[in-house]
Amino acid sequence: MAELDLLTSMKRIRAVEERIALRYGEQKMRCPTHLSIGQEAVAAGVCAALTAADLAVSGHRAHAHYLAKGGSMRALVAELYGKVDGCCRGKGGSMHLTDRAAGFVGSTAIVGGTIPVGVGLALALKQQRSDAVSVVFLGDAATETGVFYESVNFAVLKTLPVLFVCENNLYSVYSPLSVRQPPGREIHRVAQALGLSAQSGDGNDALAVAGLASGAVSAIRNGAGPQFLEFSTYRWREHCGPNYDNDIGYRTEAEFEAWRACDPIPKLEALLDAVRIETLNAKVEQEVDDAFAFAEMSAFPPEFEAFTDLTSDVSGAAHG
Amino acid sequence: MAEMSYAEAIRDGLATALRLDPSVICYGLGVTDPKGVFGTTLGLEAEFGSDRVFDMPTAENAMTGIAIGAALGGLRPVLTHQRLDFALLSMDQIVNNAAKWRFMFGGSASAPLVIRMILGRGWGQGPTHSQNLHAWFAHIPGLKVVMPTRPADAKGLLLSAIFGQDPVIFLEQRWLHNARGETPQGDYRVPIGPSAQLHSGDDLTVVSSGYLSIEALHAAQFLAANGVGCDLIDLRSLRPLDLPAIRASLVRTGRLLVLDSGFATGGIAGEILAWASETAFSALKVAPARLTAPDAPEATSPALTEAYHVRAEHIAARAAQMLGVTLDVEPLVSRRRFAHDTPGDWFKGPF
Ligand SMILES: Cc1ncc(C[n+]2csc(CCOP(=O)(O)OP(=O)(O)O)c2C)c(N)n1
Ligand SMILES: [Mg+2]
Repeated sequence: MAELDLLTSMKRIRAVEERIALRYGEQKMRCPTHLSIGQEAVAAGVCAALTAADLAVSGHRAHAHYLAKGGSMRALVAELYGKVDGCCRGKGGSMHLTDRAAGFVGSTAIVGGTIPVGVGLALALKQQRSDAVSVVFLGDAATETGVFYESVNFAVLKTLPVLFVCENNLYSVYSPLSVRQPPGREIHRVAQALGLSAQSGDGNDALAVAGLASGAVSAIRNGAGPQFLEFSTYRWREHCGPNYDNDIGYRTEAEFEAWRACDPIPKLEALLDAVRIETLNAKVEQEVDDAFAFAEMSAFPPEFEAFTDLTSDVSGAAHG
Repeated sequence: MAEMSYAEAIRDGLATALRLDPSVICYGLGVTDPKGVFGTTLGLEAEFGSDRVFDMPTAENAMTGIAIGAALGGLRPVLTHQRLDFALLSMDQIVNNAAKWRFMFGGSASAPLVIRMILGRGWGQGPTHSQNLHAWFAHIPGLKVVMPTRPADAKGLLLSAIFGQDPVIFLEQRWLHNARGETPQGDYRVPIGPSAQLHSGDDLTVVSSGYLSIEALHAAQFLAANGVGCDLIDLRSLRPLDLPAIRASLVRTGRLLVLDSGFATGGIAGEILAWASETAFSALKVAPARLTAPDAPEATSPALTEAYHVRAEHIAARAAQMLGVTLDVEPLVSRRRFAHDTPGDWFKGPF
């Protein structure tokens, strides 16, 4: 049932991130961590339209995309703890996630960095005559980078099977759109002008997101070429880290409260019966408990691994 | 003189420049936000107005070219990047335009421009928030590259950079932002080029820059207490290099140890060793040596950064080895009171 799957996906993200926030102060997760709480509906809705054969990439705020795409929760939490069972064996941390089995190819920390990578994945899919699609998750600020325009141009030129999903949460760190983009700018209209089929929707409504995403993905599979979806949404906590920061002056408590009232989770819960939700909550909490226990139990990588994985040679060091 | 932190000294330098000359402008991601780039730009917009101090789109390459154009048009821009790693997007503008403008137009113009880049370290900064790529910039003719260690030098070099005639890459290690020191007030300038001597001794010349100079100072003091004398030369400027100062010390000590927070291959330390081997060979009593970052990116996990960085104990041990003396460096390790991946208790992440 679509609603239950979407709710499950969102709750897994919310629950694991709430736990991260709760335990971040223990100083065991020692890496910059960008939480998606409040924005779960986009990841859940888009990934509901995908299969494991479809591919996805993301940026610094990627936990939700990774989990919704099917990435291992244990490997995520272990990565935050810097442990050897993390999805990057502790080398990458929160901003570098990967789970190839789930089709989550990678997320990286430089804004815009994976936009062309997602287009390149689409190039490979097209040449291999696959009917899979590549999804690029990006923020509003990523549309300010040069590489966004260069990548979109190529995707349109070659009719590549790529879906760009822009989560417009109004901010880049503490910088509102007003200091970065001209007033009245609608990002999906820019995308349209570049030759993409583009639409916008309510990013806090998982069913609406899923509807738009499944339409866009079908269009791509039918050969219609690259698509762009812009979703309005809002990050609840500070840009990076576990706290609320509505008091420091870059946005207002009232704005936050207005968005919190649009919490995507209760919106969907209202459509389901209470008993099923109770069962789901228990299941999700258990999975989160398990993931944290797993991460805590996992060993740190051995010291020598700091110097491995440079090239395919055993030693990638320049002096051999 | 006033006692202030490195971050406050940079803020003081920026404010001084903005006050002195209306053509100075200051922009970059987060420059006007409530955190003010680790405190280095706090309050500048309020004091100097949003025409001169402003935030920018996430568009590092274009905003660098725009700074170059603004400089050619008569402004003195200071562009700030919260990480050097983000400035990599602007290598084209830095290398092909800023560094070349004077040369390729036959000396008829120059682009006086300062690009601040902050270098992260530890506490999970990981592969793309911790790179010490200063050698890349020092490799480029047409650029000046500074990497101050002390607050006063940070302020003085910043003012010289802003009011000079050249593009200057201004490198700030994040671990230095809370370091404190006496800093002259007002329009204080430190010329770009000369090094500073942080410690004196006749047995060994240690050459260093940035945060490593702090580690080196601990090592030099420890060595002195154990009867070994070090000259500690803090480079301040990586391009140009103060080779005369290194030579003057080296002919006296006959031993050269160069420290570098960047990779060994193609790095600044290697450049200094090559120069010493070529031009001061007869002064060398033992093979010159370097301690650098290992040839691998910094990983995120705290377990993988423990053996990664050069610290005071490594410097002292290498110095002792070069002098053929036995020395227990354990006291340098045991007196460190905070986690290995932080510069002190003040840093609890995330950036
Ligand atoms: C090229 C580059 N410049 C700056 C940064 C610093 N930075 C990290 S996240 C971020 C905000 C990006 O905002 P947006 O794309 O809207 O995503 P959000 O954080 O809102 O999810 C910035 C500027 C970076 N990582 N890379
Ligand atoms: Mg945003």
